Amino acid sequence: MLNYILRRLFFMIPLLIGITIICFGVIHLAPGSPTDLQTQMNPRASAEAKERLRALYDLDKPIYQQYFSWVRKLAVLDLGKSFSPDNRPVADKILERLPITLFINVLSLGLIIVIAIPIGVLAAVRQNSLFDKVTAVLVFIGFAMPTFWLALLLMILFGVHLGWLPISGIRSLNYEYLPPLSAFIDLLKHLILPVLLSAFGGLAGLSRYMRANMLEVIRQDYITTARAKGLSERVVIYKHALRNALLPVITILGLSIPGLIGGSVIFETIFAIPGMGQLFYMAVMSRDYPVVMGILVIGAILTLVGNLIADVSYAVADPRIRIQ
Amino acid sequence: MDFWNRYKKNKLALTGSAIVVFFFLLSIFAPWISPYDPGAINLQIVLSPPSAAHPLGTDQLGRDVLSRTIWGSQISLKVGFVSTGIAILIGMVLGAVAGYYGRWVDTLIMRAVDIMLCFPTFFLILAVIAFLEPSIWNIMIIIGLTGWMGITRLVRADFISLKERDFVQAARAIGAGDFRIIFSHLLPNAMASLLVAATFGIAGAILTESALSFLGIGVQPPTPSWGNILTDGKDNIDIAWWLSLYPGMAILLTVLGYNLLGEGIRDTLDPRLKS
Repeated sequence: MLNYILRRLFFMIPLLIGITIICFGVIHLAPGSPTDLQTQMNPRASAEAKERLRALYDLDKPIYQQYFSWVRKLAVLDLGKSFSPDNRPVADKILERLPITLFINVLSLGLIIVIAIPIGVLAAVRQNSLFDKVTAVLVFIGFAMPTFWLALLLMILFGVHLGWLPISGIRSLNYEYLPPLSAFIDLLKHLILPVLLSAFGGLAGLSRYMRANMLEVIRQDYITTARAKGLSERVVIYKHALRNALLPVITILGLSIPGLIGGSVIFETIFAIPGMGQLFYMAVMSRDYPVVMGILVIGAILTLVGNLIADVSYAVADPRIRIQ
Repeated sequence: MDFWNRYKKNKLALTGSAIVVFFFLLSIFAPWISPYDPGAINLQIVLSPPSAAHPLGTDQLGRDVLSRTIWGSQISLKVGFVSTGIAILIGMVLGAVAGYYGRWVDTLIMRAVDIMLCFPTFFLILAVIAFLEPSIWNIMIIIGLTGWMGITRLVRADFISLKERDFVQAARAIGAGDFRIIFSHLLPNAMASLLVAATFGIAGAILTESALSFLGIGVQPPTPSWGNILTDGKDNIDIAWWLSLYPGMAILLTVLGYNLLGEGIRDTLDPRLKS
């Protein structure tokens, strides 16, 4: 097992190098001197800001030196300082906003699992039933749904017309004066819509995948064997088949991480949630380059770590993987 | 003709093609069928609800939402086709080279795919836009440049399974070069999966563009796009529901159309793949 983990970690090295090269390439996207073009397009960038940008990326040095000094700073999480008036270190700004983003994403991942897996399994077990057909239609709609639009509609319905749920922020104005339990309920009320919506995007994919997986497993020889032994259909489906069909889901969940993290930009902007996605959006709008670069790198590394966790848990669950 | 006979029986595919054709016609004939000029401001009828004169209502500048939605279909179509074209071109070439030559070229290209897949696509697109100006052309190029990875894997897999077949050996035996084998013998056989991928790609690109325009970093006003009409909808969320409802329905329908079309083509071309 340890051997497997070490091997996986080793394979991460070229990916990490690639990630840094692409991020570094994005900084140098503008032809000519990046500072000139960036500052020309950004009226807010003074001569001083230009100087800071030059110092941060060592833009007066040869390109390979620029890259290595950038990576060296990255390794100790020195992402430079934000261009915004507060002028704080980028790493601090990201770290204080990361927990809420991760919290929402973990909740929605949990929600996806709890909803999509039973739907997929049931649709497969009752293939061609009414339930299967209805969910197939819902899956098609789910794939085509612009989630930010769904967010608007739900805000209009639950926020504006019914007035049941708050539509922005994560806390009410009187948050500080509420007793702990009401404060917690207040937080939950603010998170219901964002979590539901960010889960929505993954529901269609996972339930479809689960259905296909289950259908394939049901056709395997060992299921026929289990039936031939005289086991009840219940045991065959929910014990023998389900366990095997669940295994690849771990990988799919790992693969869905970049989508969830990317989606946080949209939800956090719509619902005014002070997370990493909103920070990223504001940084893009104000051309706060150090913050943009920092979040891009961190987002990619989070994905890499998520995939590693998925691979390792797959190996824990399925010994066949470890041997390869 | 076998293809058409099977296609005609596929109800989902027919629905999909009907939707796609409908929006295609809408965008081509936009100048003639839209009742008003999409940019015509009329401050006397600001944010008026749907009525006989303005079936989908008006926005905060008194512009006709129906006309703006009709013109918005042009943007979606353009972005969908151009960015998918770029992604297909890159994915086709890289996938063909990786699958055909194998060995270190294959490893190199596949690592590049893995690296690109580490980035949350939306983050990468936003970061690039922060450095460039948001314009429809930049959007199309960026969506294309971040969408080739799946296609590369697909073409590579096709090439690997095809390149040892007899007809390729035969072509090589009569002296055909690599270039000729790739383009006139292997690629035509990979066209089916490319076509399906392209259809799904267009749907994805339309969704991405609308999200970008909604966030204000895609197609810039006053050019109407479905995404930026929805921005107006969000700004007037407590007064004007019609600004939020209709453009979103257009996005949903269009994307649904391309997805159904893709499924239909796949089922018809290769019934074995039917899920």
